[in-house]
Amino acid sequence: MSRIQKTFARLNGEGRKALIPFITAGDPDADLTVPLMHALVEAGADIIELGVPFSDPMADGPTIQRASERALAKGMSLRKVLQLVTRFRTEDDKTPVVLMGYANPIEAMGLTTFAEKAAQSGVDGVLVVDYPPEEAEKFGAAMKAQGMDPIFLIAPTSSAERIAHTAKIASGYVYYVSLAGVTGSGALNVEAVAQKLPLIREQTGLPVGVGFGIRDAATAARIAAFADAVVVGSRIIEEIEKSTANGDNSSACANVKALVAEIRRGVDEVKK
Amino acid sequence: MSQSQYNFPDASGHFGPYGGVFVAETLFGALDELKAAYAAAQADPAFRAEYDYELKHFVGRPSPIYHAKRLSEVCGGAQIYLKREDLNHTGAHKVNNCIGQALLAKRMGKPRVIAETGAGQHGVATATVAARYGFECVVYMGSEDVRRQAANVYRMKLLGATVVPVESGSKTLKDALNEAMRDWVTNIHNTFYIIGTVAGPHPYPMLVRDFQKIIGEECLEQMPEMAGRQPDAVIAAVGGGSNAMGIFYPYIDVPDVRLIGVEAAGSGIETGMHAASLTAGVPGVLHGNRTYLLQNEDGQIIETHSVSAGLDYPGVGPEHAWLKDIGRAEYQPIKDGEALKAFHDLCRLEGIIPALESSHAIAYAMKLAPTLAKDKILLVNLSGRGDKDMHTVAEKSGIVF
Repeated sequence: MSRIQKTFARLNGEGRKALIPFITAGDPDADLTVPLMHALVEAGADIIELGVPFSDPMADGPTIQRASERALAKGMSLRKVLQLVTRFRTEDDKTPVVLMGYANPIEAMGLTTFAEKAAQSGVDGVLVVDYPPEEAEKFGAAMKAQGMDPIFLIAPTSSAERIAHTAKIASGYVYYVSLAGVTGSGALNVEAVAQKLPLIREQTGLPVGVGFGIRDAATAARIAAFADAVVVGSRIIEEIEKSTANGDNSSACANVKALVAEIRRGVDEVKK
Repeated sequence: MSQSQYNFPDASGHFGPYGGVFVAETLFGALDELKAAYAAAQADPAFRAEYDYELKHFVGRPSPIYHAKRLSEVCGGAQIYLKREDLNHTGAHKVNNCIGQALLAKRMGKPRVIAETGAGQHGVATATVAARYGFECVVYMGSEDVRRQAANVYRMKLLGATVVPVESGSKTLKDALNEAMRDWVTNIHNTFYIIGTVAGPHPYPMLVRDFQKIIGEECLEQMPEMAGRQPDAVIAAVGGGSNAMGIFYPYIDVPDVRLIGVEAAGSGIETGMHAASLTAGVPGVLHGNRTYLLQNEDGQIIETHSVSAGLDYPGVGPEHAWLKDIGRAEYQPIKDGEALKAFHDLCRLEGIIPALESSHAIAYAMKLAPTLAKDKILLVNLSGRGDKDMHTVAEKSGIVF
């Protein structure tokens, strides 16, 4: 059983939902990433999504793009992201780490090499934003060969047919993008998300995470009422941005921890 | 090769290993909708009739072919012919594609169109057709390009478009494309994204090629009238590659016609300051398709350099990648300085002010011509006129207006 599967099985037994925070590796610099990951776990994160910065993050909004630009300016790369995961694993062998990024850095390293190195580093799952199932056959196989979970997005516009196709190659969980738009957009329609979930569950038994547009404990609570996991990204990046704006990183971990703990309380308002 | 032999892309949008649909799931629905709408339009003779009517009466097609006799004489070799896309309404080939996509948008009932632009030619063409059909129009343009192409920015505004300067990344065409994609994914319900080149996710590379192939189709008819036969080589500048695909595509199955794409070598390939993705790049994934890209060893896209904003792009249409790999087309680099010299030569010798993009193709023709006999024929796609580049050329010549 993979770390991701174990995590969902444990939460299921406890009647709780998963909280999956997202941060960009190397934002604002590499030294802060591992301490932030531990802070996320201490605040109640069940799985960490670690963004691999890319020069052209087409599916992300301005907040995550700025995080990528900050990280790249300090020399972050896919190779260095894997080193950060290795370092995280020296102190945390339980919390699943999912890399989230774009295809090109992975293809530049080589799919097989990446899969081997990522597994060795302790990565549990990989979500490549611009690999839809149609283009991801080799990727899915390479991940599974190394015991990692290929994670895929499902959108409000995905047909039942496409969800079924995705379910065939996905493992770990699927990530439902709760609104049409880029990361960090506003105006989340919780009712519309609730209506879509049964359609997804008809096609797959995998846990369903919901993200995009979740910014506070109250929204997290409403989403957790029907989803298996709540993903929060841009709001956390904003906190990191604010806490490190003056060049002093010392308060970032405490501020992020307080924010994520608050969202955790929202998620835990829901008991099965 | 017979017409039936070259048949790309395949049903899933691939040109061999290139092309495809590398986008987030959120865009898939819109691309499926576009594919279906395009297939229906292709099957509808009324669509083709309207496209032809617009090209004739609004754009001014067919564009002529011109024998550049003085230029050929000075080069002292092969005869150089120019396909005059610079004479189109709005001053470049870009409008052919915009008409096609605007008619699709109209069929799909989308009241709002968006576009990305580099040199501003595609932005102007999009703003033009938006005015013509009564669409709301938003054009994304890198802030660096807004600075370089002030006249075109004003043109777009005159035509009623909103121009949004993009401050992210390298502030050029690729960043404008990222931003336009973001707008599209957010406003999919009422917005049609008019992509300006033969790149992006399927069906765009095919669709833009199909709306530009009129260039080559006209040449197939005009060359025998003008020169008694088809050319020995067809030469076109390649940034994203739409003017080149437009003139190449009808010639792919014509034997013995060399297809030569000319890339921007900027300050020189060896300096790293260039935009020659086919000459110096490696395959990767960007902007929805797999193709040759300029990237560093970590797979990050690098900034490109060219005197021509329209060629300043780190990728290239996937069909060019495929034509290169199968050896049907060859791709040659031309430096800023060579392009500028060709620009001035064409001004002085032929009374034609070419766009800096097209000047790259002319420069290569001027290099190749002297190596060939006088009865050889080179057909150059003069893809746009140079009025928009006055400022850049003057600056390079140390002239202040």
